[in-house]
Amino acid sequence: MTTAPSIVSAAAALPLATQLIHLFAALLLLLSFAMLAQRRVVNLVNLFAAQGATLVACAVVVAYSSHQSDLYQSAALTFVLKVLVLPYVLHKLIGRLQAEWDTETLVNIPTMQIIGILLVIFAFVLAQPISQFAGAATRSTLGIAIAVVFLAFLMMIVRRKAIAQVVGFLAMENGLLFAAISATHGMPMVVELGIGLDVLVGVFILGIFFFQIREQFDSLDLQHMETLKED
Amino acid sequence: MNAAGIFTQLFAVATSVMLAPLFSGWVAQCRAWLSNRTAPPIWLPYSRLRKLFHKDAVIARDATPLFRAVPYLLFGVMVAAAAIIPSLSTDLPFAAVADTIALVGLFALARVFIALAGMDIGTAFGSMGSRREMLVGFLAEPALLMVLFTSSLISGSTLLPTIAAALQSSALAIHASLAFAGVAFVMVLLAENARIPVDNPTTHLELTMIHEAMVLEYSARHLALVEWASSLKLFNYACIGFALFLPWGMAGRADGVLWLLPALPPLLLKLAVAGFAIALIETLSAKLRIFRAPEFLATAFLLAVLGLLVHLMLEH
Amino acid sequence: MELIALLAIPLLGAALLALVGHRAAAPHLNLAASAATFLAACVLTAEVIAHGPLQVLSGAFFIDPFNVFLVALTAFIGMTTAWFSRPYMRIEQEHGRLNAARLRLYHSMYQLFMFTMLLALTTNNMGILWVAMEAATLTTVLLVSLYRTKASLEAAWKYFILCGVGIALALFGTVLLYFAAERVLGAEGMHALLWTQLDGVKGQLEPGIIGIAFVFLLVGYGTKVGLAPLHSWLPDAHAEGPTPVSAVLSGLLLNVALYAVMRCKVLVEGSVHAAWPGQMLMGFGLLSALVGAFLLWRQKDAKRMFAYSSIEHMGIVTFAFGMGGPVANFAALLHMTGHALTKSAIFFTTGHASQKAGTQRMDAIQGLREQSPALGWGLMLGALAIVGMPPFGVFASEFLILTTAMQQQPWATPILLLALGVAFGAIFLRVQGMVFGSSTLRRLPHQPNMAPVFVHLALVLLLGLWIPAFLVSWWHLAAGMLGG
Repeated sequence: MTTAPSIVSAAAALPLATQLIHLFAALLLLLSFAMLAQRRVVNLVNLFAAQGATLVACAVVVAYSSHQSDLYQSAALTFVLKVLVLPYVLHKLIGRLQAEWDTETLVNIPTMQIIGILLVIFAFVLAQPISQFAGAATRSTLGIAIAVVFLAFLMMIVRRKAIAQVVGFLAMENGLLFAAISATHGMPMVVELGIGLDVLVGVFILGIFFFQIREQFDSLDLQHMETLKED
Repeated sequence: MNAAGIFTQLFAVATSVMLAPLFSGWVAQCRAWLSNRTAPPIWLPYSRLRKLFHKDAVIARDATPLFRAVPYLLFGVMVAAAAIIPSLSTDLPFAAVADTIALVGLFALARVFIALAGMDIGTAFGSMGSRREMLVGFLAEPALLMVLFTSSLISGSTLLPTIAAALQSSALAIHASLAFAGVAFVMVLLAENARIPVDNPTTHLELTMIHEAMVLEYSARHLALVEWASSLKLFNYACIGFALFLPWGMAGRADGVLWLLPALPPLLLKLAVAGFAIALIETLSAKLRIFRAPEFLATAFLLAVLGLLVHLMLEH
Repeated sequence: MELIALLAIPLLGAALLALVGHRAAAPHLNLAASAATFLAACVLTAEVIAHGPLQVLSGAFFIDPFNVFLVALTAFIGMTTAWFSRPYMRIEQEHGRLNAARLRLYHSMYQLFMFTMLLALTTNNMGILWVAMEAATLTTVLLVSLYRTKASLEAAWKYFILCGVGIALALFGTVLLYFAAERVLGAEGMHALLWTQLDGVKGQLEPGIIGIAFVFLLVGYGTKVGLAPLHSWLPDAHAEGPTPVSAVLSGLLLNVALYAVMRCKVLVEGSVHAAWPGQMLMGFGLLSALVGAFLLWRQKDAKRMFAYSSIEHMGIVTFAFGMGGPVANFAALLHMTGHALTKSAIFFTTGHASQKAGTQRMDAIQGLREQSPALGWGLMLGALAIVGMPPFGVFASEFLILTTAMQQQPWATPILLLALGVAFGAIFLRVQGMVFGSSTLRRLPHQPNMAPVFVHLALVLLLGLWIPAFLVSWWHLAAGMLGG
């Protein structure tokens, strides 16, 4: 019952940069859960942009603390792509599709969030053996990165709207990028450029798809897409 | 247990009991300001209590002795809770007998008895209110426990004064886990104290009320005690919040009795800010349908668990 | 130089066809570009056979016997498919299933797809390999949805989402690989992702990380190979896309995805020194072979049925690679080749047959022999080859795989035999009706382009009767590299 046990100072002893990285990592996780529970498609895109911005902030802090100039470029790339271009394109698409007020009936948000928590625990367990080899500042964030990937996965599984599935796909990519930042301080620039290009082109293609799907099915609801069965 | 400790303990409890109606009055006043109404005087709860104490109690013919006993029990439980929650000082000798888990148990005890009293007369409203209260309580309790566990893990103790002292003495650090826990705690506070968006403390609309439905049958001194206990509960929750998330400005174990006085202004300041914040949340948010309340509390639980997980993952 | 030509030709071709792909000359241009690519691949192959593995552009590209063999195969099937698609797509356009703009998209994406395949094969960088695989997904998504029908959109969407998720897992595996490599090789430049560098230090890589990385990579790229239980995109994409696309999906994409898995397997085996990576491959392979074989029975759509047959065969190849050792690897390479050639030939004939019938339903495609003997016999021979009848090459490789399995993994032999037998029965039963049944078809005004079919089948026959000595020594080199 003595005051101020030494455990308290453990967190305080970490440098400010690490604390900031932890804070951003926690924020990323929170945003993932928020996306899981968000009903309106437009808000989903905004949450995605916020997730991108958090990722950029995290990358900048990591770059600053580890003196890696490559990571600044990567952060700039992420900023342009994930915070500016993709949300803009998605908003444009939603506007063109007149889907601003589209909502989705989500069944049983509490259950989904419990599943989400289980996924987070699983991700943490999975990350444990890997993260012991990582650098000090980003060691513990790998679990969160995997959790973000899993949660995006879950979102893609439970969502029925085409746009929501695509946002889930992009959120998964965010998680992977965060994994790359936290495990290895980012991938080589060539690879990151390639990934970015793929994602951008992918979103454009899917954007075209939205129109075709709506033209053919009169809806962006993927429930209509169940004619091809395994038989 | 020395004389100074006992004095501190008594002084803290007395302060809580006396300040609690003032805090409720302050929240009501802020709400009135924020919704552009003329604010009631801040002393209104006191005069209301005095008025109620002077009235003659009317009790339903079918009431059992339990119905009469519950207001005293409620009030007693809340006073006991106030004794183990640090408000002015972290040196509370009485707190050694009950940790945060016992505290949650105390709140649960109060809830069980008020729910029993609500059903005692056998009116429709009372039963409905009790049922809803139990629903909310059963969802809010795990979330509250998770919040308390997170801070216990950080400070290495389940005694609230020790947690507060530990957090107070540590250097300023960003605890991501505490941020999660803080948000979850605010949500639990709103739900447990019959606030919007879960309940509305001022409503008497039968479809929506929870807390008011249970106490409809009380009058006079019984009602006064129930209301006083409710405001004390809110005050207690606020003090738990301060102990966990804003532990600065409290007197410590080594400080003398005189340090209680300089600890008063920070407490009042924190109360003022917290009251305004509660009023602001209540004004800005809409009341949820009762069926959405589980969703709200599940989110609180989720945040609390996330806080715990983030602590285990990041801050270990 | 040949390598730059190999990659530049399809890329330039894609750009050019994006502009003029709707003109009458576009199919010829498409064929010319594919032929030039094949030429470059041949020169490259000759050079690798003569001088051994080579690295180009300071190690950014890496050619060894294993991938140059796939480069040659890919370029060859790319060329013959372009050859086949010339009349086929014209007929589709005349039937009103395509307009000029779609045709332009088709031609451009076809070349771009070839580019991504060749890039995936030749790059030395595991990150670029991922980027190329993802780009291949994107181009084929556009190709699968070319007809813009409900079914094709659904197939393309499913394909994109499932493979997108799969490939995301592969990216995570790549991140972990880089993470493990960075600790040994340092983060300077991009050396830590170069396969040759990784191969050099694979003994020092942290086995724990590499192991987890391999699981992600296997599941990720395995989705694209069509391994069960992640195969559900494959039949849809094959059945709903245009026939040349089905042919290149089965003939090229599955092989290249398996190539990616094998590159990773070589690394992980060098690191963990355990049998489980091979066992995982064997497990996935056997499961896929069984699932593919049994689902064959329930198919009514011709292209869908042969898509399930692709799952079955990729399962067998994966199993063989999982067993490892020079003989099994050799057999796997032979089977990859035989399957790619045979399956694309079958898709060519099925495409023409369903053009004739106006549907892909097998009960509506009956009595091909009567109406168009070349088509009928082509399908029959193709089916005989794919079910593993001697003297075709598929028989030789299946025989080798089975005998090796009997020696090394006796428990798996009955499962393999069961899968092969079930597939044999299913395919043979259906194809018999399609070829010899009483005809319901109208005579097609256009002569089907059967030359590529017979070229492919002749090659498969050749592989069964006599494999040229240089091919044998070349495959032995490749098989040796894959370890066991």
